[in-house]
Amino acid sequence: MQTLSRTPLHERHVAAGARLVPFAGWEMPIQYEGVIAEHRAVRSDCGVFDVSHMGEIHVEGPTAHELLQSLLSNDLDRLEDGDAQYTLLTNESGGIIDDLIAYRVGSHHYLLVVNAGNRRAAYDWVKEREIRGSEVRDASDEYALLAVQGPRAIERLGLPKARQFTHAMGELDGIEVMVNRTGYTGEKGCELMCPAEDGVALWDAVVGRGAVPCGLGARDTLRLEVCYPLHGSDITPETDAISAGLAWTCALDQDFTGAPALRRVKQEGPTRRLVAFVMEEKAIPRAGMEILGLDQSAGGEVTSGTHSPMLEKGIGLGYVPTDRSTPGSELTIDVRGRERRATVVPKPIYKPEEETP
Amino acid sequence: MAAAETYPEDLKYHPEHDWARLEGDEAMLGITWFAQDALGELVYFEAPQPGATVAKDSSYGEVESVKAVSDVIAPLSGEILEVNQTVVDAPETVNDDPYGEGWLLRIRLSDPSEVQALLDVDAYKQLLQDS
Repeated sequence: MQTLSRTPLHERHVAAGARLVPFAGWEMPIQYEGVIAEHRAVRSDCGVFDVSHMGEIHVEGPTAHELLQSLLSNDLDRLEDGDAQYTLLTNESGGIIDDLIAYRVGSHHYLLVVNAGNRRAAYDWVKEREIRGSEVRDASDEYALLAVQGPRAIERLGLPKARQFTHAMGELDGIEVMVNRTGYTGEKGCELMCPAEDGVALWDAVVGRGAVPCGLGARDTLRLEVCYPLHGSDITPETDAISAGLAWTCALDQDFTGAPALRRVKQEGPTRRLVAFVMEEKAIPRAGMEILGLDQSAGGEVTSGTHSPMLEKGIGLGYVPTDRSTPGSELTIDVRGRERRATVVPKPIYKPEEETP
Repeated sequence: MAAAETYPEDLKYHPEHDWARLEGDEAMLGITWFAQDALGELVYFEAPQPGATVAKDSSYGEVESVKAVSDVIAPLSGEILEVNQTVVDAPETVNDDPYGEGWLLRIRLSDPSEVQALLDVDAYKQLLQDS
């Protein structure tokens, strides 16, 4: 039997009565009080997620920038010290090895935060391509990482306002943390990184400030409402960024791995696209369900689906032929043998409320 | 608010975590505390129509939470007299009160002798302990 890894916060999750499930080799909380209550806490106030299972890879040295610019899809030249960027690690055919956030710590130092399930693949890919003057190091076990998300997250943490996709060192109730203005919920907030041994103290501080503990269940419903793709489901090494609607993360004027293949897809136009849809009838779409009446070579499958707590309807993502991908297109989904109607909608499916001035 | 774990004495239980409350030649059907807890907050009940029949040990509908879907198994056979519209409209009623407001169907039994094959509360609790 494979043993599951545990984050530094495992005891806290058990004590809080979380339901723990295996996820990407980790034993993780899927919910505490309930997915819907946790989801609403993040949309209305503030929630905290233990995401210590995610991977942290340091790339350091005078050629760190050169190495990463040749491997990552987005343009690293746009980053100054203290900036962060959503980007893709792509293979030769333009497929997505992982989607990640690159933090520029210094001109010779980048931090990559990668998906738990891709930690090994992402690390190996970059490490094998290391060049003279750059050093790639998997430091995942050294850190605890907490995502604190919601319209009141920054206020509750007593942190200064800052632009999204920036980072800075800071202190929270005496604990030194890297404060990253990033997240996976569509809400304002941050991700706090600290040494693993400080993880419990940081969790206690954040919960003490009123953040509601949230599990992976709410993390999934929140990201799906705002149409953030999930690697392994919506995007994979076999899907390309253009078809997935992630062209904005691809600096096609740069020569990163997979750029020629992606330029070709962009020039010819993708045959299929990842669309967002909302159910018109009572039904919950699930990953793997067939979208009926489509050319199956162009996809025709739900890649993510759930019940939206905000819309109180079934919502999902899936690949459909380009000519069926415009908002308003009607789809039929095979829900365990029942045909249920859905409509393609613009992304995001749910738009978080703007901050009132 | 989710209900506390209970298994009433007066119900008959099916190993697939369904219950029946017998009232003469009729029965109310629902899912047990264990079933609703395993699923999490219900958001959808795919219900059959009144007048249709249900067959013991067969699925008559589905209940879904955000993360999971489960067939609902009929503990007894019969004709559907009533579907609980409260649960169709507000499926979380099952989580709040699985043996009361959260009942799913009322049926007229086609074979009352089937009751003998169901578990009493002690046997059902034993089954939960052993699983």
